[in-house]
Amino acid sequence: MARQKMGGFNAGSMADIAFLLLIFFLVTTTMDTDSGISRKLPPMPEKDQEKSNDKIKERNVFVVLINKNNQLLVEGEPMDVRLLKDKAKEFIDNPANNPKLPEKKITDIDGKYFGHTYFVSKGVISLQNDRGTSYGTYIQVQNELAAAYNELRNGLAMRTFGEKYKELSESKQKLIKKVFPQRISEAEPKNVGGGK
Amino acid sequence: MSKFRTKKDKGTPPISTASLPDIVFMLLFFFMVSTTMRQQDLKIRVHVPAASEIQKLEKKSLVSYIYVGSPLQQYQKIFGTEPRIQLNDAFATTNDIRDYITSEREARDEKEVPYMTTSLKVDEYTKMGVVTDIKQALRKCNALKINYSTRMLSSE
Repeated sequence: MARQKMGGFNAGSMADIAFLLLIFFLVTTTMDTDSGISRKLPPMPEKDQEKSNDKIKERNVFVVLINKNNQLLVEGEPMDVRLLKDKAKEFIDNPANNPKLPEKKITDIDGKYFGHTYFVSKGVISLQNDRGTSYGTYIQVQNELAAAYNELRNGLAMRTFGEKYKELSESKQKLIKKVFPQRISEAEPKNVGGGK
Repeated sequence: MSKFRTKKDKGTPPISTASLPDIVFMLLFFFMVSTTMRQQDLKIRVHVPAASEIQKLEKKSLVSYIYVGSPLQQYQKIFGTEPRIQLNDAFATTNDIRDYITSEREARDEKEVPYMTTSLKVDEYTKMGVVTDIKQALRKCNALKINYSTRMLSSE
């Protein structure tokens, strides 16, 4: 008889409560995961800082200009965004030691994998945009340049470690970063187009 | 015996709903784990551009957001259609960024300040002028870590 009294409470309303919570979370939350292209801004130049005189040689700079009509000028010639990646890769890597492409500096990376004398490219990518350039184009260009670096790093990682760059341990990633340091410099934007 | 028989003859018993809460709770937990709390109501239209070389933002508690885009229709009467900056819940100008970053910093532990990132959620069709002004403002208050928020490009 005691068993019958205990019964088991009515769980019918439990579903209602749970539904209420569920709907609350559905309304107040968003699914989107935040991801994007990470960049580090250069610090503001200090006032008493002198302008450094050691100019970078022209062969070491890869100039990318974007105008207010979202057109690209790469190293003095107009170019489609889709071709930018290969051009940038060729510039950074300079496999044939072309005298027009960047110089290489002998760097001591580490004794084990790369040796003490590894030739690291001195190339710098200079990106300049107009104030009238659309943000979408700017991101596209940034993306292509990042892709160029990532592909080079991936290739090197595959050749030396037999693994993709992203799957390597942090110390190995650091070595690869030393061989292909990401050097993208952004100049102060011009206002040629006359836009706001 | 006859008592039991009359009960059974009343027809099929109703489906037990006892497992329904379990199912709903399962759904609830799924949504709780896979989603994040909505930060603020957007008053502007932001459709971020697509990119393939993206990194995930780590430690969301250390991220502050800056939104840029043209105002939604109901705000266009007052604010026009030119792209505008939104910080927290209000429209802002580039001069407000400094205060915003300062208040974001004060809300966090001092040790965590160097790891703070600013996520720029900018509409595709915004002109770079606004973005450049924001970048300069961020440089001035030494918030150098930024992230251009993008969508996943599906082709690669």
